[in-house]
Amino acid sequence: MTRKRGFRVFFAAAAALQAFAADLPERRIANIFKPLATPAQSEYDIAMLVFAITGIIFVGVAGLIAYTIWRFRRPEDTAEHQEPPQVYGSNQIEVAWTVLPILIVFVLIGVSARVIAAVENASPPQAALKVTVIGHQWWWEVLYPDYNIVSANEVHMPATRDGRNATYLQLQSADVIHSFWIPQLSGKTDLIPNRTNFMWMDPKEPGVYFGNCAEYCGTQHANMMLRVVAEDPAAFKQWTLRQQSRVVDDASVNGGRQEFESLACINCHNINGLGQASAGSKFGPDLTHLASRQTLGAGVLKNTPENLRRWVNDPQVDKPGCLMPSMKLTPDELTKIVNYLETLR
Amino acid sequence: MASIDYPLEHPAVKEEEFSFSNHLYEWVSTVDHKRLGLMYIVTALLFLVIAGLMATVIRLQLAFPNGHVVDPDTYNRLFTMHGTTMVFLVGMPFVAGLSNYLVPLMIGARDMAFPRMNAFGFWIFLFGGFLLYFSYIGGGGLSGAGSAPDVGWFAYAPLTSRAFSRGASTDYWILGILVAGIGSIASAINVIVTTLSMRCPGMTLARMPMFVWVMLIDSWLIIIALPPLSAAQIMLLIDRFLGGNFFNTQNGGSAVLWQHFFWIFGHPEVYILIFPAFAILSEVIPIFSRKPIFGRPAMVGAVAAIGFISLGVWAHHMFAVGMTSWSNTFFTASTMIVGIPTGIKIFNWTATMYGGKIRLLTPMLFCCAFLFQFLIAGLTGIMLATGPFDWQLHDSYFVVGHFHFTLVAGLVFALFAGMYYWFPKVSGRMYNEKLGKWHFWLFLIGVELTFVPMHFLGFLGMPRRIYTYEAGRGWDFWNLVATSGLIFQIPATALFVWNLLISSIKGERSGDDPWDAWTLEWSIPSPPPEYNFETIPEVRSSRPLWDLKNPNDPDWRFE
Amino acid sequence: MATTLDTHAPPAVGEWHLPDRGTMGVIFLIVTESALFTIFVVAYVVYIGRSLGGPYPKDVLDLPILASICLLSSSVTIVLAEHALKHKKVGLFKIWWLATILLGLEFLVSTGLEWRKLIYEDHLTISTNLFGTTFYSLVGLHASHVIVGLIFLSLVMVVSLFGFPIQTQERRVKFLSWYWHFVDAVWIVVFTVVYVIGR
Repeated sequence: MTRKRGFRVFFAAAAALQAFAADLPERRIANIFKPLATPAQSEYDIAMLVFAITGIIFVGVAGLIAYTIWRFRRPEDTAEHQEPPQVYGSNQIEVAWTVLPILIVFVLIGVSARVIAAVENASPPQAALKVTVIGHQWWWEVLYPDYNIVSANEVHMPATRDGRNATYLQLQSADVIHSFWIPQLSGKTDLIPNRTNFMWMDPKEPGVYFGNCAEYCGTQHANMMLRVVAEDPAAFKQWTLRQQSRVVDDASVNGGRQEFESLACINCHNINGLGQASAGSKFGPDLTHLASRQTLGAGVLKNTPENLRRWVNDPQVDKPGCLMPSMKLTPDELTKIVNYLETLR
Repeated sequence: MASIDYPLEHPAVKEEEFSFSNHLYEWVSTVDHKRLGLMYIVTALLFLVIAGLMATVIRLQLAFPNGHVVDPDTYNRLFTMHGTTMVFLVGMPFVAGLSNYLVPLMIGARDMAFPRMNAFGFWIFLFGGFLLYFSYIGGGGLSGAGSAPDVGWFAYAPLTSRAFSRGASTDYWILGILVAGIGSIASAINVIVTTLSMRCPGMTLARMPMFVWVMLIDSWLIIIALPPLSAAQIMLLIDRFLGGNFFNTQNGGSAVLWQHFFWIFGHPEVYILIFPAFAILSEVIPIFSRKPIFGRPAMVGAVAAIGFISLGVWAHHMFAVGMTSWSNTFFTASTMIVGIPTGIKIFNWTATMYGGKIRLLTPMLFCCAFLFQFLIAGLTGIMLATGPFDWQLHDSYFVVGHFHFTLVAGLVFALFAGMYYWFPKVSGRMYNEKLGKWHFWLFLIGVELTFVPMHFLGFLGMPRRIYTYEAGRGWDFWNLVATSGLIFQIPATALFVWNLLISSIKGERSGDDPWDAWTLEWSIPSPPPEYNFETIPEVRSSRPLWDLKNPNDPDWRFE
Repeated sequence: MATTLDTHAPPAVGEWHLPDRGTMGVIFLIVTESALFTIFVVAYVVYIGRSLGGPYPKDVLDLPILASICLLSSSVTIVLAEHALKHKKVGLFKIWWLATILLGLEFLVSTGLEWRKLIYEDHLTISTNLFGTTFYSLVGLHASHVIVGLIFLSLVMVVSLFGFPIQTQERRVKFLSWYWHFVDAVWIVVFTVVYVIGR
């Protein structure tokens, strides 16, 4: 197969897979009561128990309070000078309404203990998919150590109905405290500098799961958004292969590639094969497969060529205060670079 | 009962000596607990309005997705200053102001144990507040322009380190609160010593009014829980100015240690804040139900239990930090356990009303609303206490809803009840009841509109402290509803201020005891003379005025 | 309010004794200061052995025996001073009071010399490592309380030297000595944690 034909086949396959990925339902409403993974499910179950108990307590106690107010209210203007019977208390009643809450609380503690242990002490089986997520101000670095993949802002993982392919995340931070929260998949866990935390999730349904950084981390905390792209195992495998593959050297964007290297972009962003070999991200996200991602700026813009141009031209417009400056490129330089970046599938 | 009608001006000042500068000097140099108490409360109300205005801007920014009312840095400063102001410059001075004004009156004393330290405490608190707000002018942001703190009211490390918080804004946060905290501790020691050493004859600890008991335990909590915050802040100063490594994760320090220290203070702090509400309810509900508080010993025991247990629940703020399952389970357990005495108090207040003759006047209306709303807040607290459930709810708008329910729908309602209740004593005049009721209903609707939807936003995955959000996440509608509550809260608060101002000038004279109450402060003129009591009273029970008014059925027969 | 309307009422109270407010004040001041010190001690203990680099405690810390003996003896001399004051022996009081101050000063000077050695010879500063940070903070916090104590002790010394009848202020001298005892007690804790356990 000639090189050119190979390109076309590859692009066709990539395009087909993009289209396939576009079929993934976007789960924008991150409702904690629509769990689609085991940790979220057990948190949902305990939530329902707590709702039931507190609901009963609320109806009972609020009803009692309402009844009391209604039954014993007196109009303001009646000149009733006789005081009601002065009751000082009752030991039996005090004991009763102390013991009953204690019993309820014990039940809740017991159930909580079980769920806490089940979620926290789960250890990853050998073959499990391991992902390392490193929090930065204000983007997510996503590493697949077993696959040699470096990405950003989206965590891809397989989804299986029986949840057998759980993904185990190792959470770290490069600067301040962040928090990884995809409500439909799991409760949140913090990313803390100088500390490694663990969490796991096993999406049962394919989809793009939305989430956010959930620990205030500075100016653009609001725009440190997060996605988990859960696909069925075959599609996930394809994604890993694409991410591992060498980026195709398209000669038509050589100008852009050179500009990337010479205009300081390369000082913050790694692209495999460019400049000196470096493992993983530098100051900013690794851009080797930028064009395969759904968003720019950790969710602030949809990843389209127009938006990419807008972002590279001045990130401060859509994410003021973020740590990427406007490089003040001329329109021509901008076009070349954007065209080059668009080839990084 | 003799009722001496004192003129509103200070009786000792002759007419011709009354001048603005004399008057000002008297207030600035006063050591009288009543004046200092009023100064605390008026200052707290001023800061309440300021922080409320900040909240208004916050809600306007969040009313619609992709809001552009303020830029992200301004927003982050707004929520930091809103929280910091409300906790330290509104809540704490209310604690100090209420106890300073009322405790000596309720225990039959002429002043606090240490009147000069009392004055010191107030002025240093005020200075701390000024220092914090000076940051708007003096604090250096990234570009050196004036900048207030923007690190959140709990200022997590390492966001507060020099590396990530350049400029002086964090330093103003530290110093303002450190200084104001000295005032809180001074005031607390004063309350404890006053309560222990200055009770009138016959007033054993068991016979002290519930209000005094609650504020005594509150003061114990303050002197134990505030120093950890001061310690952590000193450590942060050492990190920021001397290159210390307490929270420097690059040199082995632990960011989580800040959280431990902060919340060892922070959790008892929220109980410190809510205790005045418990104190006020325990006075107002019995009077307006015409019955003694149900289960006095249990109520005192419950407050003591809450205070004690609250020292052991702090890490329920840290469930997501990755502590061991043992730790998470322990703190789930202790947090749920602290809910038990709190619930008992709600039961006892209800039982006080049961079988009584309830007068639904403004103070009582606020108390009744408190009961329902604090019940809800307590139950959402149980939800948050459940570790696994908290993994979802933590740092979401559910938490924001919960703590605003406890503090606004809870504490602020009780504070309004207390202010209406004691307004006649402080000013000698009655407030306008109709305006009071308007205030109540408007504020109630506003509070429900603003804070109930926040719980739903938490369920839908909205995190805290975000200056805006994108459309299509399901957050648009509830945010708009939450903002709409302002339409009711703002006029309600304005009505309240207007009511107090106009009534203090033109209100009907109230006399000593407009509510037919039972504690000692109602036995002296309204407003009280500087010396409080002509002769120090002797008491035989916890309701000395009940005994006097009902000689055939005195409490001391049953206590 | 003191009138009794019911002649069958029991007297309000027989003897009415309440704790002295100065005593209570000092006790609760000590409680709050203890809470402050506790957090610094906890930080020290948590970070034992966690410094990423040297110098380490066992390499550079010498037991401050003399300084500790001086400080703890000053608790004895202050008791002797109070005793003298109680018996109106003002001259003896001044002697023991001065001894207390001098012993306290010796402690401070020792601490200063120790710090000079640590900084200039061992190159341990507050920013070097976790040991440096926690050591200087905890010992420094204690030393600052010693300084405050010495200032007040000196105030008493000066006014009594200038002829003020100090024997009328027994109660206040007592409160000051309680504060001084507290400072000594804290030193026992700090000594144990820093020089015994932490080394």
